[in-house]
Amino acid sequence: MFAYVIRRLLLVLPVAFGVSIICFLLVHIAPGDPLTAIMAVDATAEEQAAMRAAYGLDRPLPVQFLFWLGNLFQGDLGNSIATGRPVAGEVWRAVQNSLLLAVTASLIAFPIGLLLGFLAGYFRDSWLDKLVTSIAIAGVSVPNYWLGMVLVIIFAVKLAWLPAMGAGPAGSDGWTFDWLHIRHLILPAITLAVVPIGIVARTVRALVGDIFHMDFVMALYAKGMSNFDVLIHVIRNAAATALSVIGLQMGALLGGSILIETVFNWPGSGMLLSNAIFQRDLPLLQGTILVLAMFFVTANLVVDILQAAIDPRIKRS
Amino acid sequence: MAVAEIELARTPKRRGYWAGVLHRVSGDPVAMVCFVVLMALILSAIFASWLPLQDPYKASMIARLKPIGTEGHLLGTDEQGRDMLARLIYGGRLTLLIGLMPVVVAFFIGSALGIVAGYAGGRTNTIIMRTVDVFFAFPSVLLAIAISGALGAGIVNSLVSLSIVFIPPITRVAESVTSGVRSADYIEAARASGGNALTVMRVHVIGNVLGPIFVYASSLTSVCMILAAGLSFLGVGVKPPEPEWGLMLNTLRSAIYMNPWVAALPGLMIFITSLCLNLLSDGLRSAMNVKD
Repeated sequence: MFAYVIRRLLLVLPVAFGVSIICFLLVHIAPGDPLTAIMAVDATAEEQAAMRAAYGLDRPLPVQFLFWLGNLFQGDLGNSIATGRPVAGEVWRAVQNSLLLAVTASLIAFPIGLLLGFLAGYFRDSWLDKLVTSIAIAGVSVPNYWLGMVLVIIFAVKLAWLPAMGAGPAGSDGWTFDWLHIRHLILPAITLAVVPIGIVARTVRALVGDIFHMDFVMALYAKGMSNFDVLIHVIRNAAATALSVIGLQMGALLGGSILIETVFNWPGSGMLLSNAIFQRDLPLLQGTILVLAMFFVTANLVVDILQAAIDPRIKRS
Repeated sequence: MAVAEIELARTPKRRGYWAGVLHRVSGDPVAMVCFVVLMALILSAIFASWLPLQDPYKASMIARLKPIGTEGHLLGTDEQGRDMLARLIYGGRLTLLIGLMPVVVAFFIGSALGIVAGYAGGRTNTIIMRTVDVFFAFPSVLLAIAISGALGAGIVNSLVSLSIVFIPPITRVAESVTSGVRSADYIEAARASGGNALTVMRVHVIGNVLGPIFVYASSLTSVCMILAAGLSFLGVGVKPPEPEWGLMLNTLRSAIYMNPWVAALPGLMIFITSLCLNLLSDGLRSAMNVKD
């Protein structure tokens, strides 16, 4: 197990390096000069050159990359062009809010998705299976930003039960666990949970259905094992794959929350990202993407290791 | 003579593989309904200017945000008084184009990369697949928004960023299907009888791997649609005043208190289209999985 963990950790390094290259290049595929947003319109050529030198933009690309990477290791993601504040701090505040949303959505989505998928796979071709399959296909097909709007229309506009946007009552800063704040979390978390419910239910249904048709299940029944004990075997068999789907969805939740945050004005990384895009604040864009991608890489790593811990077949391959 | 005729009549009609797939899909009522709905959407989008519709760009200050069922505006009007029915039908043009094209582009590029990687193996495989792995470190929504955000809004930029998003998954599937086929006996036989790499790939590999890759790619179309409209919804896709479902959803967002159901219409179109794409792809998959 230890050797596997080490090997898996080593495999992450090139991927993390590649991710940082892509994030670095993002700024450079952008048309125009990253400094046009803050440069005075009538800046002279010398002033422009001085500004470029100050931001290090006059050096060759690979050198810029190494400097950028070096700063990265010291936790420095550069400064926002729009506000001048360090990107790292802005991203950290926003990511906390996004994580709160993503974790809440996971807590809703995964138990429901697993349960629905399992029931549908166990009772194949029953009315329950048909119902779950329909829910799942609707879940994977629905544009969640639209679903968010529809939920706002129903629960905020028509019924006025829940607030339409924001992460807390007006004027409150930061998150506290009281009803006033939780009210704001309900609609975005449910919206965000719908797609993973669909995907997890679909995958688990197919998985459980397949496993029940395997020879070993027949063998277990043949030797007189009770239904319940066979079920335990099936679940153990499905666990590793189900876990990997959940891991992928965790990351997707963090990414998917970008659009949902826009719908609900949730002050998370998605909002930060769309602000960065509209103000053409490329360092902020770069930093946010980098942090989110690294979260995704870490989530996958953790899932892989957990998978190996519960399924000995993975370690051996 | 007569005997031969009877024999002929008795022999069941023999179909090729794809004809069989087509036959099974056309017997699947769900898939067929979805196919008809999609064709209706695509055709009405293409021939929108021949349909008796109002001008989708013509704004009117006095006819803003009319509800569904208004005289002269069957589906109401948007926040600038433009006819919703016309905008929804015209909107299909860009949404469907940006929603489907990237998958087609990614299908060609991804298949090519994956087949080469899977067939060549060794270092070529390592280089291609490790590069692909890096792109997998980004959730697809994030990657699309990152590239579009950096490139800026615009139809071409959306097409480019979404194509980049879908190349890695297709490459990965193409690679795994191809490496499976590569070790098959008939490939061995073809190589042993003197076929060079290109011939073997063209004749024996491509025919056997394109089917599964195609089915996988078809399952990506609905995600691509939702993402494409999502980019416009965020403001990094199609620019106003162009009618496009995601963008319409965005501009109508301010109208949810005034006229909520009109505001929800463009999203309903995205939902219906992506539902049909998913169900059709599912039908195609089960039609191709039948082994007989």
